[in-house]
Amino acid sequence: MAEQTSTANAWQANPADLIPAGRKRLGWGLLAIATLSLLAIIIVQVLYKTEMSTVGFDTWRPVVYAYILWGAALGAWQVLTRGEDGQRALFLLPALLFTIAMVIFPTLFGFYIALTDWNLSSFTGRRFNGLDNFWQMLADPYYRNALFNMVLYVLAVLVEYVIAFGLALLLNAQIRARKFFRVVFLLPLMLSPVAVSWMVGKSLMEYRFGPAATLARHLGWDNPAFFSDPITARISIMMLDAWTFIPFMMIMLLAGLQAMSREVLEAARVDGATAWQTFWQVTFPLMLPVSVTAVILRIIFKLKLADIIITLTSGGPGGATDSVSSFIYREYRDRSNVGYGTMLAMAYLIIIVVFVTWLLKVASRFVRNVN
Amino acid sequence: MSVQTTDYTVSEIRSPAAFVTSRVFIYGALVFWAFVCLFPIYWTITTSFKSAVDVTQGHLIPFVDFQPDWKGWRSLGLSPDSIFQTSTVRDEFLKRFMNSVITSVGASSLAIVIGSLAAYGLVRYRYKFAWFKNEDISFFFLSQLILPPVVLALPFLVLYREVALLDTRIGLVLLYTLMVLPIVIWIMRDQFNSIPVELEEAALVDGLSIWGAFFRIVMPIALPGMVAAFILAMVLCWNEYFFAALLTSTDAKTIPVMVASQTGSQGINWWSMAALATAAIAPLAIIGIALERYLIMGMTAGSVK
Repeated sequence: MAEQTSTANAWQANPADLIPAGRKRLGWGLLAIATLSLLAIIIVQVLYKTEMSTVGFDTWRPVVYAYILWGAALGAWQVLTRGEDGQRALFLLPALLFTIAMVIFPTLFGFYIALTDWNLSSFTGRRFNGLDNFWQMLADPYYRNALFNMVLYVLAVLVEYVIAFGLALLLNAQIRARKFFRVVFLLPLMLSPVAVSWMVGKSLMEYRFGPAATLARHLGWDNPAFFSDPITARISIMMLDAWTFIPFMMIMLLAGLQAMSREVLEAARVDGATAWQTFWQVTFPLMLPVSVTAVILRIIFKLKLADIIITLTSGGPGGATDSVSSFIYREYRDRSNVGYGTMLAMAYLIIIVVFVTWLLKVASRFVRNVN
Repeated sequence: MSVQTTDYTVSEIRSPAAFVTSRVFIYGALVFWAFVCLFPIYWTITTSFKSAVDVTQGHLIPFVDFQPDWKGWRSLGLSPDSIFQTSTVRDEFLKRFMNSVITSVGASSLAIVIGSLAAYGLVRYRYKFAWFKNEDISFFFLSQLILPPVVLALPFLVLYREVALLDTRIGLVLLYTLMVLPIVIWIMRDQFNSIPVELEEAALVDGLSIWGAFFRIVMPIALPGMVAAFILAMVLCWNEYFFAALLTSTDAKTIPVMVASQTGSQGINWWSMAALATAAIAPLAIIGIALERYLIMGMTAGSVK
């Protein structure tokens, strides 16, 4: 598995490390036994669950144990039959086996569920219904609305980026108590979004007594209801989410600023550039690669946005604040509609895989063109 | 990341007036944002000491506006006068708290172990699984980052029920490990890349096996990176709500789920809500302040060359 090619950072396999035939046989034997028992357990379990046999386990848990043992046998087989190469493969195997078991299988299973009519609260159970869920999804105005909201939420990242850049510049300026401000600015990132949505969204921004509402009244907004009409509600959600995640971009941008060479800025100053010119023509272009990384990572996190919406508005008013994740969450939680919800989730997965791939392409071309 | 002294910006060499203006602007902006960051935390903590009237009248400053009281903490059974009495709420809270600790520490540790090993392998050796090379394997791991929780949540709900992992801490640990693994691999790859390969070559010449070299030579050097990855993973796991809300019901409920489910029949008890929220955010706030250096190191790994 671990093919050794001679590169600068890899060593030649030790030619003296010849493996006796007995050891190889042992390795193959072990793997064969493990594979056979894994398959045997699966077959026994499938037969039991489909009521074709009476021997079996109540749950599928033994299959999990069998898989773990099989993984161990696979590792042993690598070491026994391939010596040092096998030991190298051993570094990668645990993570690989873990991820494959935890992602590939559930995702494939998810695609199957997506093609079934399955409501946990009805008694009929799971029924294959082909692409019915898909057609229903295309006609679902709420799903389209949630997707549209995601576009808005992703666009809000640009505003967050501007604020984060500003804060990074502030922290990078010559100031006292830099460490204090850095820690304070970082704090919102540590806080649980659920606790934040309760204490900030539901309490601080409360219509009657919340300090934010009081402040808004003082500033001349007569009716400071943050979550009652669609546009304000969206903006409030964006603000809360921005509050927790701005530090993330800020820290990355700050690292970029601090890594920038002083000579370039010095040269710009000697040439008589104003601060404004220096920023736009030196700092900003140099920061572009870091900026792109930060924005893309932030967008990836934004695409998972759910916690705040679930706890704060449950998608309200009238689905105006729904993200795709929170919409599917309610589809499942309130209506127990597993089949349809999974179809929505799988469609979303495909959309964001395409979107992020496109984004990465555009970003790499963009960075290359500018520099 | 070290704190560097910045050289004077252009505005600072112009005139004293411009200098003062820029200083006022910079500190004004800093203080304003510090207020934006701190006020909600201040509000949360003070609210846990307020009674109903103080909350609904929006009183802000303790001892001036209102008389602080242990009300919120008493309802959790954590105030000085109730701490030695039996309290079902406290037992409930401590159970949730321990669930959160166990799942987040467990998941972060597991992710660090398998993630570091994988990252090391990917940095130092060339692999070839069928037609998958190192770059493809790395991409496979990192691409998990874009996988939204909703996609996995429903299949996992069904699968976990089948393997009897629903509402267990192990089940959550496994999912959280999956969630933070790409981040850990990302950080650790960066770490191992910065360690000169000559160190391991020398160790191998001295007769250590490749695993011996990894544990005895590489690991101690990469330890700060591991701490950074661990803390970042901790933060993400501790605050995770989506999976916990869907996959737990009684036994394995974590703190965020408990916070989210605090609606009583007579509206919300803000003081106990605030106390609970304070308890939920305090551990990470403390870790964040104490280990801020590592946190920043983790977040900036690989982003700046």
